[in-house]
Amino acid sequence: MALWQSIPFACILLPLGSAAMTSVLKGKFARRWTFIVLTVVTALSACFTYFIWGYGESYTYMMGHYPAPWGNEIRGGLLEGITALFFSLIMLLSLLGGVKKLDDHVLHDKHSLYYVMILLLTAALMAQVYTNDIFTAYVFVEIMTISACSLIDARTKGRTLVAATRYMIMNLLGSGLFLLGVILLYDLTGHLLMSNIKEAVAELHATGEYTLPLTVVVALISIGLSIKSALFPFHTWVPDAYGYTTPASSAILSSLVSKGYIFLLIKIMYRVIGLDVIMATGIHNVLFLFGLVGMIMGSISAIRQNDIRRMIAFSSVAQIGYVYLGIGMGTEAGMLAAVFHIFSHAVCKAMLFLTAGGLADASGNSKHFRDLRGSGMRSPIAGVAFTVGALSMVGFPFLGGFISKLNFGTAAMALGDMKTLLVLVALAVSTWLNTVYFLRTVITLYRPALPGSNYSVEKGRRGFCFSLSCVAFAAVNIALGILSQPIVSAIRMGLDMFA
Amino acid sequence: MAKIREDYENSWWPRFLRWLRGGSTRLDDQLQEELVESSEAHLLQSPEEAAQMERQAEERVQQALQDERNMYDHVHDWARLKGARLTRALYSILAVVTCFAIIYVLLRTTSFLPPFGDPDNPVNNEVSQRYIEAGMQETGAVNIVAGMILDYRAFDTLGESNVLFIAACSVLILLRISREKDGSQSAEQLLVEANDRMYEPKNDTILQHITKLLVPIVLLFGMYVIMNGHISPGGGFSGGALMGAALILYLNAFGFQKTERFFTFRVFQTVSLCALSFYAVSKAYSFFTGANHLWSFITPGTPGKLFSAGLIPYLNLAVGLVVCCTMYAFYTLFRKGDM
Repeated sequence: MALWQSIPFACILLPLGSAAMTSVLKGKFARRWTFIVLTVVTALSACFTYFIWGYGESYTYMMGHYPAPWGNEIRGGLLEGITALFFSLIMLLSLLGGVKKLDDHVLHDKHSLYYVMILLLTAALMAQVYTNDIFTAYVFVEIMTISACSLIDARTKGRTLVAATRYMIMNLLGSGLFLLGVILLYDLTGHLLMSNIKEAVAELHATGEYTLPLTVVVALISIGLSIKSALFPFHTWVPDAYGYTTPASSAILSSLVSKGYIFLLIKIMYRVIGLDVIMATGIHNVLFLFGLVGMIMGSISAIRQNDIRRMIAFSSVAQIGYVYLGIGMGTEAGMLAAVFHIFSHAVCKAMLFLTAGGLADASGNSKHFRDLRGSGMRSPIAGVAFTVGALSMVGFPFLGGFISKLNFGTAAMALGDMKTLLVLVALAVSTWLNTVYFLRTVITLYRPALPGSNYSVEKGRRGFCFSLSCVAFAAVNIALGILSQPIVSAIRMGLDMFA
Repeated sequence: MAKIREDYENSWWPRFLRWLRGGSTRLDDQLQEELVESSEAHLLQSPEEAAQMERQAEERVQQALQDERNMYDHVHDWARLKGARLTRALYSILAVVTCFAIIYVLLRTTSFLPPFGDPDNPVNNEVSQRYIEAGMQETGAVNIVAGMILDYRAFDTLGESNVLFIAACSVLILLRISREKDGSQSAEQLLVEANDRMYEPKNDTILQHITKLLVPIVLLFGMYVIMNGHISPGGGFSGGALMGAALILYLNAFGFQKTERFFTFRVFQTVSLCALSFYAVSKAYSFFTGANHLWSFITPGTPGKLFSAGLIPYLNLAVGLVVCCTMYAFYTLFRKGDM
């Protein structure tokens, strides 16, 4: 076995093993160590993507001395590689952008614990991406839930505590439903390894046995994971959780944690249940409908906000709707669009949350639109980065958002039934609504400040880390738009390897 | 030639430009005009008429305010009394209906599941067969469960022990009261400690005597359960819980002053760090050699011996220590926000 094939194993074990060590370090050293680990994981993921691209097929990696159905196993493929690369890169950049703000928001002797959460979350995301065993996925879902909750309440404030409590309740409900689904699935098939379950499920589907329990399993897993990733009717915890915590946490939560669950759902659809069985149960239509309504309702709620971070949070709900719309189409092209949108939205949303924090800093720490007037001038880098993000969200050409909207449109055209019309209309309406609230915000940023307000320009300068992260995020965003062709073809290749 | 509109200033583009420059909106302009007009009119009137007009204006304003207040009260009352009741009733009904729907679906699903205890069930396949038949030879553990969770599926258990660790860290973030920056105790910490001394039971002779008898036995039994985890039922999780319970009992009987002699925050950190690092490093070695089919110095040994079953006893010890520390840490953090 070639050495590079151990990279997924290293990507999981390195953050997991170093988390305990970080907890005893002093804040400054913990921060350095975390950055080193995240950089290494990102670099390793990039190498892995390169190698697996050349290798051309997926492979499995035994975790221990026993082969798959008995021992644990992870699996590397092109889609896993790309996802891991994006996730670790966004984690690194989000932390880089928000690290200055942690000094204000997190108590001084709790910094190292914050970094423990970051590292364990990274390990859990990597495990989620690479795992080939559904119970391992559940164990790391637990880690993700707890660490995400701590990331919210790391900023000790009344509102974040309430938000964290709501987050915990909703997410544990989601975990519970997911676990119930996994247990029922084990009862029906007798396996926990994904490929074996898929064989058993295909057999059950062919013989027509256990049709009702199988439908319930698909429903429980889908609903459980969609609660955890904030699909529309289950999104009530989103605005508080994303809106009040420290910017790094909001960026990580909105762009990584919810996306990790969606990636798991896609994995389960492809590798555990199989797309044709999902189609036979009809659950994908429910997801499609929820996604459709979420796209519109999320945007409408966003328009009504006058707090910039709550607005971005509601916009997340709308964008999660897009992803589920793609999943709900049930075709290869729909999945492709959904996966691409996961990346483009993750990059964009993290940047928006970070820059919103920077802009608020330049406006006397207020997040209301009337105080944000002119903050684009006071904090130029944050302003420009926010504009890039907002344009990408709206679907401006040469940016990631445009390509993902294009992908959704193309996927919808291939469907050729009632859904085509629904998707196209929803895309048009949602784009229009996005434009309303994002461009309004951008214009507000560049209007002169209200007379009488006197915000110091100095506070708007957030230092080297913040600027670097803004520039890097904007660059990734533009790269996603311009280099979309190779990325889309890589995702297509990865999805082929996936099945 | 383009036609210049007469009210160009009032058309939407110049208004937008003005708004962009931070200027006034149309509503502001109207208010401004009204203000100017009335003030000019005011100049032309005699003092009595002016006073009359002012009174009338005042009355109009009062009337408008009263109307608005009435309307607001009306809407507000409806929302507070009837609306709230309606929403609450609707919510309760919906909640009950959803609950029963889910219960019905789950019960119905259960009736379709494979019958309980049937040997032909899908769960009785080659996976569990190998665990039962070859488990002892392959892992060296007489206790099949220990062999399963710490050798066959050790990766899951590695995640699981990190769940405990991360739970402890979350509670630390939430509940640990910060020290001052120079490391001395903060005012809040002193206050909470004083409260704790005040309200918690102490120097209860019966409790202390029984504790003196019980704690060594419980600790010993916990250690036995941990170290024999691969031979008899038990293991790190259950034994660690026992030892944690013994520590909590000791703390309750003798107070923090006695326990702080051997269990401080430093100890908690060191033990967790050592146990988890050992677990991660040893298992990383085992995973790596296993995946690459390399030779590994870990051998099953003779089943039934204390030091057999490869890494399992040591891993059990690591898990047990983490569980014990986590339980004790939870208790002290909930009690006084520190250890």
